[in-house]
Amino acid sequence: MTLSERMYLPAIAQGLGITIKHFFKKKATINYPEETRQRSEIWRGLHVLKRDENGAERCTACGLCAVACPAEAITMTAGERKKGEEHLYREEKYAVTYEVNMLRCIFCGLCEEACPKAAIFLQDDKLAPARYERDEFIYGKDRLVEPLKTTETK
Amino acid sequence: MDSVLLIYKGIYILAIFGISLLIATYSTYFERKIAAFIQDRVGPNRAGPMGLLQPLADAGKLFFKEEFIPAKANKTLFILGPGIAMLVAAMSSAVIPFGDTLIIGETSFDLIAIDVNIGILYIFGVVSLGVYGLMIGGWASNNKFSLLGAIRAASQNISYELAMGLSLIAVLMLSGSLSLKVIAEQQTGFNWNIWYQPLGFLIFLICAFAETNRTPFDLPESEAELIGGYHTEYSSMKLGMYLFAEYINIFVVSAVMATLYFGAYNFPFMENLRNAFDDPVLGNNVVTIIGVGVMFAKIFAFIFFFMWVRWTLPRFRYDQLMKLGWNILIPLAILNILLTGGGILLYEYFTKG
Amino acid sequence: MTESLFFFFASLTLLCAIMVVISKNPVFSVIFLILTFFTISAHYILLNAQFLAAVNIIVYAGAIMVLFLFVLMFINTGKNVEGTIKRNVLAKIAGTVAGGLLFTVVVAALKDVTLGHPDPATYESQVGMVENLGKVLFTKYMLPFQLVAVLFLVSMVGAVMIGKRETGEQNF
Repeated sequence: MTLSERMYLPAIAQGLGITIKHFFKKKATINYPEETRQRSEIWRGLHVLKRDENGAERCTACGLCAVACPAEAITMTAGERKKGEEHLYREEKYAVTYEVNMLRCIFCGLCEEACPKAAIFLQDDKLAPARYERDEFIYGKDRLVEPLKTTETK
Repeated sequence: MDSVLLIYKGIYILAIFGISLLIATYSTYFERKIAAFIQDRVGPNRAGPMGLLQPLADAGKLFFKEEFIPAKANKTLFILGPGIAMLVAAMSSAVIPFGDTLIIGETSFDLIAIDVNIGILYIFGVVSLGVYGLMIGGWASNNKFSLLGAIRAASQNISYELAMGLSLIAVLMLSGSLSLKVIAEQQTGFNWNIWYQPLGFLIFLICAFAETNRTPFDLPESEAELIGGYHTEYSSMKLGMYLFAEYINIFVVSAVMATLYFGAYNFPFMENLRNAFDDPVLGNNVVTIIGVGVMFAKIFAFIFFFMWVRWTLPRFRYDQLMKLGWNILIPLAILNILLTGGGILLYEYFTKG
Repeated sequence: MTESLFFFFASLTLLCAIMVVISKNPVFSVIFLILTFFTISAHYILLNAQFLAAVNIIVYAGAIMVLFLFVLMFINTGKNVEGTIKRNVLAKIAGTVAGGLLFTVVVAALKDVTLGHPDPATYESQVGMVENLGKVLFTKYMLPFQLVAVLFLVSMVGAVMIGKRETGEQNF
């Protein structure tokens, strides 16, 4: 090594120069809850069970989504629609319970493709947030079904 | 009149103590902020606006953590360690001149806590005691990693104190006085010692890094090898005191460097500014107040430099550290003394005929 | 004021010095020795010899005692210190005799000493300051000063000789 290399001071000055350049650079951080990273248009986020134009649930509990699911995250129990419930469920058979385990789910979107009734979708604007308990990651119908547009019926 | 001065000194000492504590507190914040900025992050920004309350949150956390004393530790010494570190760190800012003289009415107030004629030796002595806090704490923890950290701290501090003292002697040869006040007064305007002592300043700077256990010389507390070194076993506010003492030491060492080499409270064209006022008292006071600001600006610049270096350079290996101290810095410091002596002789030969 | 301070520091010095001897734990001995140096420095300050006080702290408390502590840390100073020192009767008698002799010598030496009583009117208070000390060292005591320097040089050369690595295989 030459003398100037052995003194290390030029190298140290060079290193200090690099760090000070980074000091004034634009920061890479995105302050998450306040601002969100721009997502792709085909982003697959939290699941939603859609309703049709009359507000009735589209899901008919055929179980194709559960079959298609590679992570086996979806379980459901089917039930028969009774008289007077036509405004609630579109088909004669409907899902009494419908659970997605968000810890298992890999957000691949295969359920979305498998669904013949276009009932389940992965939203592009919502994420499954972090929670404190494992139980809270099992999303039931109460959290999956799309809320009604009007606030009159619950 | 004496009682006025006495009360003034008391208030001033309290103020200096408070300021050094405040600066040490916010050094932790700025350390994290600067680290983040250098690494393209934003750093703490949740506690208060821009994260400004972060030090309070940290202190609160430290106070409420469990105070753990290892079973086979020497309890007295274990508690004594951080106490010594903190005491010694807080003592050393007493002789630093933070400003010139304020004149209020008939009385003139020196902006220095105690003007002893051995000021720089006082700082040197007090700083050299700081290593006891680390050594005693490390030894009393009854932990091999702590002990290794303590031993590293001891040998490192002793080694670099030599080079530091030798580089200091060159400054003292120029000033002819050990009093920091006199040294500061000699560097009026832009006549700073750094122009005469660049090599000495470099040596002093490197030794200052080693004395305060800062990266690239933070071997006593290297977290990768020693799990924190001497403070491995410490928790709660005792750990906080160790960390705090380190930041106060950085503040003091920055102040000493600013005083010795960068003209303390002196700034260019201060005499012109002083003469621009018709009233000499007013001129003096304005210059003094600006001087205090300048002094603190210099100190902050040095503190920033300390942090900047910390987030740039990797740590030394231990044999490299010792080689740098003994084989390079000490001979260089002696060479610097010889050069300074020769320079002074030449200057006197040519000026006095 | 000065007198009461002197007595305070003197008694503190003696207390610390005694504690150095009677402490069971060597680390406590070292700490009390450091305290002793501090109180001695306080005496220097009372004598208006500030330079000596500072240098005393820097050299003894700041460097030499650090090395003492450094060495003590390597020695196992745990439980078995008591057992390892053999305390037979002969050693006790020898110790008593030696201590008594030292005491006698000190008393005999101090018996005929006449204390200097400087005249306050002509006493120069600046005699302990750095400038005066330096002037005295480089004029009146030039030869002893240089001899001490040579002595240090010799000891330094000796230390380097001992610490020098031997040629041959290196194990680290």
